[in-house]
Amino acid sequence: MAIRRGRGVAAINYPTGMNLGGDPTQALVHSTPTGNFMVTLSSVDLGQGMKQIMAQICAETIGVPTDRVVVDTADTDTGPHCMGTFASRGTHRAGNAVIQAAREARQVMLEVAAEELEVNASDLETDGQGNILVKGAPQKSISIFDVALSAHFKRGRSISGRGMFLIPRSYPEKETGAMKPSTCYAHACTVAEVEVDDETGEVTVLTVKNVFEIGRALNPKMVEQQLVGGSWMGISHALYETTEPYYPNRDHGGTDFNQYLMPGPGDLAETKIIVLERPSADGPYGAKGPGEMCANPQIPAVANAVFDAVGVRIDTLPITPERILRALKAQAAN
Amino acid sequence: MAKVPVQFTLNGSEKAEFIDSGTTLLNALRDKIGDTSPKGGCHQGTCGACSVIIDGELRLSCLTLAETCDGAAITTTLGLAEGGVMHPLQRAFLDTFATQCGFCTPGMIMAAKVLLDHTPNPSRDEVIEALSGNICRCTGYEPIIQAVLRAARANSQNAA
Repeated sequence: MAIRRGRGVAAINYPTGMNLGGDPTQALVHSTPTGNFMVTLSSVDLGQGMKQIMAQICAETIGVPTDRVVVDTADTDTGPHCMGTFASRGTHRAGNAVIQAAREARQVMLEVAAEELEVNASDLETDGQGNILVKGAPQKSISIFDVALSAHFKRGRSISGRGMFLIPRSYPEKETGAMKPSTCYAHACTVAEVEVDDETGEVTVLTVKNVFEIGRALNPKMVEQQLVGGSWMGISHALYETTEPYYPNRDHGGTDFNQYLMPGPGDLAETKIIVLERPSADGPYGAKGPGEMCANPQIPAVANAVFDAVGVRIDTLPITPERILRALKAQAAN
Repeated sequence: MAKVPVQFTLNGSEKAEFIDSGTTLLNALRDKIGDTSPKGGCHQGTCGACSVIIDGELRLSCLTLAETCDGAAITTTLGLAEGGVMHPLQRAFLDTFATQCGFCTPGMIMAAKVLLDHTPNPSRDEVIEALSGNICRCTGYEPIIQAVLRAARANSQNAA
């Protein structure tokens, strides 16, 4: 009986969004009379930072500072249509819709500015600080604040835009079965080191080293935050969490946090995160969906590390001490 | 059933309410007084999201009857900022990206405040111990641990 050490590696690819009947998201963008921009969505920010990312995308497209954008989310009674915040699709689907809406709003904004400056709209550019300049003659300029006032009170224009991003439904080809059920794959690889006590079956994750390829990280700190939390959650899924800790029957399952095992701050593995940015062709400014995939590769990596340590394949999650001991017993019997 | 009068100090201001006997402090704070910073996660004392400070001690407001708090001094996360300036713990949680959905955050901050009140320069293990009654789904805990350690450093620099 001994503590045995093992190392496991696993790699995954993970789709962005889903495609069971078409995957649409709409966005609306309009300016206030003082030249702030409102993004209206039905997508939800549940803590992953949707509002911040949509504000950045809208600001980048229109050419204003991010703090000039307000994002209103998630009223499915009144908002434009969104399939929802799931399947790691928020940044990719809603982001593309926001770009489209913001481009249309920007075009109107430039047209109003062109009338005010008596130039052609195609000769105008934004400075990213809230001003519109004549290309090559930046002394000739107008603030977006004044453009919005003019549009609202003088020109009778609505500086607004509509965005609709749709991944159409994909049907399988009859002959081959080939289809495109999802798009824009993110990738990850994890190496986990564990110790397994072959007397008690207890697993301790010593280190977990992750590489994530997530397109372009639109907000690197928030991406890191998501990946650190996700990596921990992957280990939690691998070793602890289940709604069915007891058997044989679901009626014996847990009903609350007393019976749902989730590690606390004392159970952390040494964690390393590396981000590879390879901008995606169809993502908003190259982004993919890093949301869910970051909690996946740890699970097979830990299972492989357990195999490396004690030579048994656990193919049911979570990898509990009991399952390891039963497998070791079966191994010894053979 | 007759209502029960209860008086206590919440974040420095006097509160007096008539409550139903058996009302938890969590429900009294949220529903009667309107301080929704303590969160009701499990309502059975296992998640820590409802943590508040009563007379200097960390307590679970979901397991505390409001009528037992008569005369007490209660602190919640809502009361930490002074004059629009965030408490060092709030600042540190923001700076270290220690929140995502935010549901556990007020309880984490309360637990951390009691720790720092008694142990201004805690070790990492002491921080982990202090937070061990609080569950977080999103962050993986490490950013929260870093936030508490950073707030402790900020406090000691201000004191120096």
